[in-house]
Amino acid sequence: MATLVLDHLNKIYKPRGRAPVKAVDDVNLASADGEIIGLLGSSGCGKTSTLRMIAGFEDVSSGTIRIGEQPIQQTAPARRGVAMAFEGYALYPPLKIEDNIGFALLRQRMPRAEVRKRVRDIAELLEIQPILERYPPTISAGQQQRASLARALVRRAPVSLLDEPMSQLEPQLRAILRARIKDYLAAHQMTTVFVTHDQTEAIALADRIAVMEKGVLQQFASPAELKERPANLFVASFIGEPPMNVVQAEIGTTRGARVVQLFDRAGEPSFTLPIGGLGQDQIPLAPGKVILGIRPHRITLADQGLQGRIQSNQWLGDQTHLLIEVNGIPLTVVTHRRIPGRIGDNLAIEIPPRALHLFEPASGRALLHGGDAVRAAA
Amino acid sequence: MASKISGGAVLRAAARIIVLLFFLFPIFWVFLMSFQTNQQILRIPPSIFFTPTLENYTALFSGRLQTASGSLDIAFIKNLLNSIILSSCSVLIALILGVPAAYAFARFKFRLGENIAFTLLSFRFAPPLLVLVPLVAYFQMIGLSDTYIGLIWVYQLICLPLILWIVRGYFEDISPDIEHAYRVDGHSWAKTFFKIAIPLARPGIAAAALLSFIFAWNNFVFALILASADKQPVTVGALAFVTSAGIQYGIIAAAIVLSVTPTLLLALYAQRYLVEGLSLGAVKG
Ligand SMILES: Nc1ncnc2c1ncn2[C@@H]1O[C@H](COP(=O)(O)OP(=O)(O)O)[C@@H](O)[C@H]1O
Ligand SMILES: [Mg+2]
Repeated sequence: MATLVLDHLNKIYKPRGRAPVKAVDDVNLASADGEIIGLLGSSGCGKTSTLRMIAGFEDVSSGTIRIGEQPIQQTAPARRGVAMAFEGYALYPPLKIEDNIGFALLRQRMPRAEVRKRVRDIAELLEIQPILERYPPTISAGQQQRASLARALVRRAPVSLLDEPMSQLEPQLRAILRARIKDYLAAHQMTTVFVTHDQTEAIALADRIAVMEKGVLQQFASPAELKERPANLFVASFIGEPPMNVVQAEIGTTRGARVVQLFDRAGEPSFTLPIGGLGQDQIPLAPGKVILGIRPHRITLADQGLQGRIQSNQWLGDQTHLLIEVNGIPLTVVTHRRIPGRIGDNLAIEIPPRALHLFEPASGRALLHGGDAVRAAA
Repeated sequence: MASKISGGAVLRAAARIIVLLFFLFPIFWVFLMSFQTNQQILRIPPSIFFTPTLENYTALFSGRLQTASGSLDIAFIKNLLNSIILSSCSVLIALILGVPAAYAFARFKFRLGENIAFTLLSFRFAPPLLVLVPLVAYFQMIGLSDTYIGLIWVYQLICLPLILWIVRGYFEDISPDIEHAYRVDGHSWAKTFFKIAIPLARPGIAAAALLSFIFAWNNFVFALILASADKQPVTVGALAFVTSAGIQYGIIAAAIVLSVTPTLLLALYAQRYLVEGLSLGAVKG
């Protein structure tokens, strides 16, 4: 239980004989006390490097790390008050799983009986009671991973760092454990940073998510905020499954009202979308080229509207993913109904203003979110 | 089909026997020699049929040898003791110095680290005399010539590089995160080294210690030049049997058998460690 602050944090690796790698680039992040933070990003974006600096296994190239107001870059790992679950598990081979999990508590001079109880409880939570008497080399990767996670969680350290803690588990188990771990972290008010490249996991477990790409923190916000108000095109396309539709477009005016003119792949003008109150008074929007993002979940099927042709139609058991071509522009659409149409059939869709996000073409910075504009106009 | 397989098997067996004969014959011959008198050994043509005698061994243990030109003192037992002292102390010191150094080379990428490590290894390639000639004068100056300490110091040229390079490969195979995990759990750097790194590298350390013990034991040149009769190990002591009354082949053979026995027993006992330690260090490291 403590706050964690990263202040202009940088990490530059200087491998011998190779070009330096900027793994973490000016990251700023401040947690609330007891907050669960998901660090989300593709492989190699600097997630592990960030955790290792917080834990103290990598030097900070520049910047400050504070745990509970105290700068800790110069503090030994043992005294930082962090617990860590490693990407590669890092269990100690000669010790039984039970002793692996318990040895930090014993070191803190907690009575043996209590350590035993704490270890049993966390083992039950993570479903590893049957392997407590075994040795690390004799259990599966998924079990080692849970043992390593248990070793970190059992300490209830001021800050817990979990590096891809569930990557080796089957989806069903992952879903069950996610909920239990979230309860456990909340019950003990444990400030936690967990790394993942699975956005479902990040959304389910985290209070706020830090999205990283190429060492740069793209956005740090709640899951809902990331979906509704992505800070840039990267976050917009990264968050959401299936990913957002991205179309070249231009802001124009038709009969005195603002519209978005969409262009097809060949760069030819396709259809236009009215944006109603968008971008007029409350949120000014200059005419010019933009990148238009359209959330697949927000597109609705309609009796009348834009006419399109089905290019693919997949029922996934609880939702349908459709690819519909509208006047040269392919759009992914998600609906929770089962759609009888076949490939080549016609289907009408409607794209409401709140499905739209506009981005600056050069920088990818978000210019306008449909939801905001709709709310502002109301 | 069947004849083909058996043909291959026969060839392989034959090859194995030839290799074995090639490597074991000298040892076998020396073993036989150690039970013969000088006259029997020098007989022409040589024969493997003879009446075995224990006279060589009794001479070695009793410390006296009767030859045609009178009796001769033999310091074999003393030499054996010297060998044990020199080899074990050398290995012990090489371990104390080499294991932490190996750890440093494995874990910390410091400037010139690779060069220093290689320089240490290159001591093994240098002809010993190159090192020895200046050392003799130098050791006399600082009073280290003909002392155990001086010899053990020079023996580090043999032991230290071996331990450093084998154990280093072993440390490199241990995931640093295992040590990191121990450190976030509240332990110091030093404790992590002793409680985690060393126990996990134990097979490699044992293999390296064993090998350097054998190399130190078999060393000849260093002790020949730097030690007087008083401090000589068995390898050099055997020279005493080249006497004015002729070369005492039987005694030399018996001395060799006796001096090889400890290292042979040690190697056989630790064979599993040796193979495991060396192959792991070499393949993965
Ligand atoms: N010790 C190192 N030396 C040099 N480059 C490294 C080192 N560790 C990581 N990197 C590089 O830094 C970048 C970020 O790595 P990492 O933090 O492990 O990413 P992630 O955990 O997000 O997959 C990668 O490009 C990686 O190759
Ligand atoms: Mg990683």
